[in-house]
Amino acid sequence: MKKYSFLNYLSLLLLLGFMGSISSCQKDNYDAPKTKFTGHLVYKGTPIQIKNNGLDVNKEGFSAVYFELWQDGFGKSAPIDVYLNQDGSFSALLFNGEYKLIIPPGQGPFLSIANTETGSDTIPLSLNGNKEMDIEVLPYYMVDKADFTVGTDSVVSAAASVSKIITDNRAKDIEYVGLYVNRTSFVDEDNNIAFKTIQGADIADLSNITLSAKIPKDISGGNIGIADQNYFFARVGVKIAGVDDMIFSDIVKVELK
Amino acid sequence: MKKIYIIAIAAATGIGMLAGGCSKDFLTNDPTSILTTDQVFGSKELAFSALADLYKGYVDQQTITNWVEFTNFDEAFPSEAGNYWRAQQTDFPYDWWNLWNYDYIRNINIYIARCSGATALDDADKQRFVAEARFLRAADYFEMAKRMGGVPIVTEAKTYDYNGDPSYLQQPRNKEAEVYDFVLAELDTVMQYLPDDATVQDRATKGLCLAMQSRAALYAASIAKYGVNTPGVTLPGGEIGIPASQADKYYQISRNASLALVKSGKYSLYMKKPDDLADNFASLFYDKSNNPEVIFAQNFKLKSGTVEGWTLNNQPRAIAEEAQGGRINPTLNLALKYETLDNKYTPFKVQSGAGYAYYDKESDIFNNRDARLAGTFILPGSQFKGKDVDIWAGYYVPASGKIITSTTFGGQAQLPGRDYKEQVVGFSGPIDGLEFSAQTGFYVRKFMDPATGSGQIGTQSEVWWVRYRYGEVLLNLAEAEFELGKKDSAAIFINQIRRRAGFTKDLTPTEITFDRIVHERRVELAFEGHELFDNKRWRIADKVWNGQKITAAELEAGVGKATAPNTMAYGLWPYKVYDPGATNDGKWIYKIVKPDEVTAAHRFQLGNYYSTINQDIISNNPKIVKNPNQ
Repeated sequence: MKKYSFLNYLSLLLLLGFMGSISSCQKDNYDAPKTKFTGHLVYKGTPIQIKNNGLDVNKEGFSAVYFELWQDGFGKSAPIDVYLNQDGSFSALLFNGEYKLIIPPGQGPFLSIANTETGSDTIPLSLNGNKEMDIEVLPYYMVDKADFTVGTDSVVSAAASVSKIITDNRAKDIEYVGLYVNRTSFVDEDNNIAFKTIQGADIADLSNITLSAKIPKDISGGNIGIADQNYFFARVGVKIAGVDDMIFSDIVKVELK
Repeated sequence: MKKIYIIAIAAATGIGMLAGGCSKDFLTNDPTSILTTDQVFGSKELAFSALADLYKGYVDQQTITNWVEFTNFDEAFPSEAGNYWRAQQTDFPYDWWNLWNYDYIRNINIYIARCSGATALDDADKQRFVAEARFLRAADYFEMAKRMGGVPIVTEAKTYDYNGDPSYLQQPRNKEAEVYDFVLAELDTVMQYLPDDATVQDRATKGLCLAMQSRAALYAASIAKYGVNTPGVTLPGGEIGIPASQADKYYQISRNASLALVKSGKYSLYMKKPDDLADNFASLFYDKSNNPEVIFAQNFKLKSGTVEGWTLNNQPRAIAEEAQGGRINPTLNLALKYETLDNKYTPFKVQSGAGYAYYDKESDIFNNRDARLAGTFILPGSQFKGKDVDIWAGYYVPASGKIITSTTFGGQAQLPGRDYKEQVVGFSGPIDGLEFSAQTGFYVRKFMDPATGSGQIGTQSEVWWVRYRYGEVLLNLAEAEFELGKKDSAAIFINQIRRRAGFTKDLTPTEITFDRIVHERRVELAFEGHELFDNKRWRIADKVWNGQKITAAELEAGVGKATAPNTMAYGLWPYKVYDPGATNDGKWIYKIVKPDEVTAAHRFQLGNYYSTINQDIISNNPKIVKNPNQ
């Protein structure tokens, strides 16, 4: 019995010590960053619709569009990557300070616009408290309009209108235009249960592109399909030749009749 | 008695300690675990073993000691639970395949400087060692250029002088063309000091220098010629991209090097087993005695500690010597590329009218094809190490249209009308989602060691990894001739390769197209580490792996087209027919399947053409410019 109580004391002591060590961890050198930097990538005020930044936790932001924030004066330099959501929005928690914002060349279905202050693609960013900022870019194409209808037999039809924004010597052709349908509101060329594409060369009129795709009845062991759900999400995307990232229309919820 | 012993031992120890403590040179003893520079370069053997260590640093991307790298590109499916993600990942990360091994370059530079300055070595030995080290350095720069584009060319070991400013050590990237020029020039210089001996196959030779020139110049040439297809994959300083005007020059260099090797007559195509061309093709890779085709290989030796586990990892599960194997499953995508002997791209016939096509023997569906199919694949119905590989997916019962199978290796079930259980699936599978089973219906044969024990963990294999062989040089030559407009000559060399594969009807010069060249390399050089780099230099990788899902029909339609999408792995499964009393009983049918683990379509982005240079490298040396599109 005596032995037991000694052990109890010992464990109590250990517990105290452990708690002590926990509480001592609470004092850190820095507070966590809490300045919010939010906004959209836009063309003339319209957000650029792109691919979702990846749903896989291990590959967060993978293959999606991002820009870099650089800060001078902290030894070796490395960028903070800020990934964009599919509606062109972004948000980052940062420390106050002076940053340089760069959209790396080749990122996104657009070109970055030279900043008037720096005369280059570097955008100076001064953070002192929360900040909301829209970044203007120059897309190769924009999807002006995309209307969706669901016909009989669960066929989704899209009527889209695409306009070519860059028409000078930096212009690029359309590789293909695609209609994508998914069961959740994350829709792009990788996340879809039904899709249909039309090659750029086969498009006669950019302002009148029609596509249709049939939603399967049952896939993935009967978990997905019209048998299980009566609403879906659709959008139209444009793949530009020589550019990795596609540009999309808004995501629209379509309901089966 | 015991006490006396103890005293004696204690006394002896004391004396021993005293003696040790008295040793006069205690502080000036030579270390016993380190060899000094003078010692190493004071003896031929030690200088040679230091060189052997440099050979060990030779970099391969896909190789038999890293099987999993073969399963990233739809040439093969990874039948190992921990690697299914390779068939489920859409994008290739930008930092894959990156290489910036300047520690290795520095070691070679130090070796060259010290060996050249050594006084105790024979001039002949010295010359050969230094030439070999320079060869290895050229090989490494070639490897870096393939992956990163232009890199800084450093040819001497630099030393920091501790003055607080390291900027004089920072070197910018050279142009991509300059790196290729450097590699080609170095090979030109060192080949005269290297033995011109085809029996030397695991060290540098003159033949190897020519073979590497043939490959490197071809890479530079095709980057110059086909760079126009990917205009975004360039850098303004020339670190990425070679001007189109230089294409012909490099094709010419490649052609001359290949031709010099061919004309030397020292190498020839392996043809020891003319009666069985499939077996002949398989032996080419494991036969290490008097193999006339192998120019350079990484060698292994049993019981030396330097062995490789390719056979262990990939042996058919049914006849495995350990409870594993079967990891690499070559795909239907690749199998489809092997032509029928009438020089035609023929899909495997699984349908006959509205029903299945029936075959008398399991292997009959593969009859009358390019011998390299059976030489590269372990096919259903074939044997390995003299035993049946036992690949079949189950019983097909035509009466009910049902499949009867099991989910364990060689699992049992009861067939209709029988009152006992029997084996209803092969001991090698295929069973969907079961690792080590042939989930595509195929196992790999290339580089597999038929020796007993090669599949045991404790023994493994001494089959070598062939890095350069005469067959590739012939294909390089055919490609260079084709690009230089000499189709007649291209046909001659490509037909040499095809005759060895059993084709009796030669291709005519008009049949030689870019698609043909690409096709022939894919089937001849499968599992030899060429696919990724070939697709990169032709600038077709972003089209072949375009991220779009493909169907089996699209796959079949795309065979023979260089840019046809090849994004998802497919398989071909055999079933035994159970139809007692009917004519088809005991025959075989085949089904085309996509393994359930294959969920994503691979996408090679423009930013993948040249891998990421890590940010810490750029931080250390701000003169380094980033690669494009990342």
